[in-house]
Amino acid sequence: MSSSNFTRRGVLRTGAATGAGLALPTIFSGAAWSQGFTNEPTGSTVTLGFNVPQTGPYADEGADELRAYQLAVEHLNGEGDGGMLQTFSSQALDGAGILGKKVEYVTGDTQTKSDAARASAKSMIEKDGAVMITGGSSSGVAVAVQALCQEAGVIFMAGLTHSNDTTGKDKRANGFRHFFNSYMSGAALAPVLANAYGTDRKAYHLTADYNWGYTTEEAIRASTEAMGWETVNAVKTPLTQTDFSSYIAPVLNSGADVLVLNHYGGNMVNSLTNAVQFGLREAQANGKDFEIVVPLYSRLMARGAGENVKGIYGSTNWHWSLPDEGSKAFVQSFGTKYGFPPSQAAHTCYVQTLLYADAVSRAGSFNPCAVVEALEGFEFDGLGNGPTLYRAEDHQCFKDVLVVRGKENPQSEFDLLEIVEITPVEQVTYPVDHPQFAGGALGTCNPGA
Amino acid sequence: MLGLNKKDGTLLLIVIGLTLFAPFLLNPFPVESELAQFNAGYPDLMQRFVIFGIFAIGFNILFGLTGYLSFGHAAFLGAGSYAGVWMMKLLSMNVIPAIVAAVIVAGLFSVLIGYISLRRSGIYFSILTLAFAQMSFALAYSVLTPITGGETGLQLSLDDPRILTGGAEGGNLPVPSLFGLEMRDSFDLVLGSWLFTFNVGYYVCAIIMIAAFYLAIRIFRSPFGMMLRAVKSNQQRMSYTGLNSRPYTLAAFVISGMYAGLAGGLMVSMDPLAGAERMQWTASGEVVLMTILGGAGTLIGPVLGAGFIKYFENIFSKINDQILHGWFAFLPDGLENAMVALVHPFIGKGWHLTLGILFMLVVIFLPGGLVEGGQRVGRFAFRRRNKKAEGAEAEGAAKQPAE
Repeated sequence: MSSSNFTRRGVLRTGAATGAGLALPTIFSGAAWSQGFTNEPTGSTVTLGFNVPQTGPYADEGADELRAYQLAVEHLNGEGDGGMLQTFSSQALDGAGILGKKVEYVTGDTQTKSDAARASAKSMIEKDGAVMITGGSSSGVAVAVQALCQEAGVIFMAGLTHSNDTTGKDKRANGFRHFFNSYMSGAALAPVLANAYGTDRKAYHLTADYNWGYTTEEAIRASTEAMGWETVNAVKTPLTQTDFSSYIAPVLNSGADVLVLNHYGGNMVNSLTNAVQFGLREAQANGKDFEIVVPLYSRLMARGAGENVKGIYGSTNWHWSLPDEGSKAFVQSFGTKYGFPPSQAAHTCYVQTLLYADAVSRAGSFNPCAVVEALEGFEFDGLGNGPTLYRAEDHQCFKDVLVVRGKENPQSEFDLLEIVEITPVEQVTYPVDHPQFAGGALGTCNPGA
Repeated sequence: MLGLNKKDGTLLLIVIGLTLFAPFLLNPFPVESELAQFNAGYPDLMQRFVIFGIFAIGFNILFGLTGYLSFGHAAFLGAGSYAGVWMMKLLSMNVIPAIVAAVIVAGLFSVLIGYISLRRSGIYFSILTLAFAQMSFALAYSVLTPITGGETGLQLSLDDPRILTGGAEGGNLPVPSLFGLEMRDSFDLVLGSWLFTFNVGYYVCAIIMIAAFYLAIRIFRSPFGMMLRAVKSNQQRMSYTGLNSRPYTLAAFVISGMYAGLAGGLMVSMDPLAGAERMQWTASGEVVLMTILGGAGTLIGPVLGAGFIKYFENIFSKINDQILHGWFAFLPDGLENAMVALVHPFIGKGWHLTLGILFMLVVIFLPGGLVEGGQRVGRFAFRRRNKKAEGAEAEGAAKQPAE
C-alpha cells in the first residue's frame, strides 16, 4: 500500500519540517525550567485566585466574600481608603501592590461541590497562573481545594470553613485558616451556656449528617458535658432535609431541656423555624424553661430565620459591631463601597488576603515555602479579632471568639445579633494533638514546579 | 481498517486527529490577547473533555441504542472513582490498578442495579435508576463516611499503606503516575505569542478515549448492537418473536456502567480525590444533557456534547465584570456600563443561564443535536458544491455542441 515518492518538493518540505523541529528547543521559554516554584510572577502583576460559591446553597455568602476580595485588592493596590492596612500591626504593606507588583485577580465558581471547586482552582493555577487560591464557604470544599493547592505548589488561604478537619486531620502545609472551628465554638459557648442556663441541663442534639455536623456535635458535647450537662440523644438529619417537624416532635418528650441545632445555612433556618413553631421556646421541661442553641451563627442565617433567632445563643468569628479600630476601618470602607456592613465570611476573606500579601512582603518572595515560613507562628493585631497567632504546628489562627445572641429589638436588617461575650483566646486554645484534631500530618511545604 | 467500513474509519481518524491535536486546537488565541480568556487548552480542562467524552460515549451505548434513559449513571462514575482512590491508597500510585479496579467495581455495581432496574422500562426504569443513584449519593455523603470520606471526599493521606511502593517519602503526597511518568507533567511549547501545553495525563486519557470510541463503533456496528436497536424500536415485538431481550439490555447497561467506571477511574488518576457530589442527580442529569445536546444515538455526538458543556462550565463561569469592563473599555463610559450590565446575567454565575438557552435552541431547532447541525451545514455546503459542479458540467455540455 505504501508508496514512496521522492519528489524534490517532498524532500524540501520534509527538510523544512525537520529543521523547524530541531529549532524548537531554542524557542522554549526558559521560564518553564528556571522557575523556582509554581506560577512565579515574572511580569509587573501578580494574579490571585478567588474561588467562591456563586451558585448553590451558599451563593449569598460567596457573593459577600467576593465583595471583600475586591475591596482587599483595591486596598492592596493603593486605591480606596486603605481599610485595615492602617490598623494592621505589621506595616509591610504600602499600597503599591505586593512586592511592587500590581494585584490582579481571577474568579471562579465552586458551586459548593468539591469537584467543581477543584476544577475551578485548577484552571486558575494552570491557565491563569494564580499564585494563591482563597475562598470557599464549606469545609468539604476547603479541604478538597487545600489538598489540591498542596499538590500544585501554591498557597491556599481558606475562607469560611468551620470543621475541625480543615486544620485537623486534613491539614496541609500550604493551607492556612483564619476562621475559627468547631472546637473553639464549643469551648467558647459552654461557659456562657452554663452561666445562662445552669450546669444540670439535659441536651438533645440535631446534627446535619455530614462532616462539619459531626465535628461540631462532638465539640459541643465534649465541652458541655465537661461542665456537667448530660446529652440525652443525638439525632442525625439528612443535609437535604427541609422540614424538620418529624425530628423536632420527639424532642419534647425525650426528657431534654435544651435543643442544640448543629445545622448551618438553610438547614438551620428551617430547623430553628420548625422548633419555634412547635412552641419549644415557651415550653417547660424538668421544671426549667426550654432553650435552643445554635453553635455557628452567621448574619445571613439570622436574616433567614427572622424573628426566631431572638434570644438564641451561638458563636461567630467576627461581627461588624465590634468596636476595635480594625473592625471599624473595615466596616467603614466596606459600607462606603457597597452600602451595608460586611458579614463574617467577608471579614475572614478580606483578612486572609491581607495576611497573604503581608507574608509575601515580609518574606520578600512569592515562593510558597517562604510564605509558609513567614506565616507560621506569626503574631499580629489590628485585623478585628484582637491579638492573633497563626500557629505553626497546624496553620490555625488563635484569637478571641465571639458568643452572640439573637437581638430582641433589631434596629435594621443587619443588626440581628448582639455580642454577649468575647471569649479570650486562652480559653479556646487547644494542644495540637487534641483528640478532636487527631490524625493527619501537615507535611512539608510544596513550592511545586 | 480495523474492521471498520470507510465512513467509520474516517470518523475514527477525525476523532484521533481532534484529540491528539487538541492542545493546538483549543488554544487558538495568543496568550496576551483579550481573547485568551476563551482558550481551553490547559491540562485540567482538556482532561475533563476526554474523560466526560468517555462517560457520554458509554451512556450513549445504553441510551442511544436501547432507548433506556438511565438517570443514575453518575453512581457508577462515583463508584469507579472511590475504587480508584482506594487502589492508590492501598496499592500504589500507578494509575493502572486504579483504572482497572474502577472499571471492575463499576461493572459489578451496574450488574446489581441493572438487574433490578431493568425489570421495568420507560419512565419507571429512569426513576428506579435515579433512586439508586440518589441512594448511593446519600450513603456516600454520610453513612459510608469511613469508606468514602463523606462530605470532604476521599483523598490520599501521608500515612496510607501503599503496599507496592511503600508510604510517602518526604512530607509530600506522591502523585499519580504511569510507571514513573507523572500524570501532571506538562511540556510547554511557546511559538511566538502562542503557548501550547502538552500534558502526560491528557494523552493517557486521550489514548484511552480513542480506544473506548473504537470499541463503541464496533458495538454499534455489531449484531449485538443491532439487537439493542431492535429493543429501542419495538421491544414487545421482540418478545413475541420469542427473544428474551433482558440479557441484551443488561449487557448494554453493564457495558455503559463500566464506561462510567472507566471515566471515574481516569478522573481520580488525574486528580486523586473522589467527592460524593460526583454521584448526585445533577451529575447524572449532566451526562443526559451531554448526550442529547450532542446527538443521542450518534457516535461522535456525546463527545461533542461533553466538550460543549464542560467548556461553558469552566470558561464562561470565570468571566467576571472586571473582564467585561476590559472588553468594552473602548466604548464611552455610559455605554460601557450599559453593555456590561447587559452581558452580566450571562457570564460568571450566569453560565447556567447561557447554557440553558443554548440547550433550548439546540433542542428546538436541531432535535438531532450538534451532530445534526454539523450534518446540515455539511449538506448545505455539499449541495452548493454539487450545484456548482453541475453548473460547470451543464456549461461544458452547452459548450460541447458549439465545438
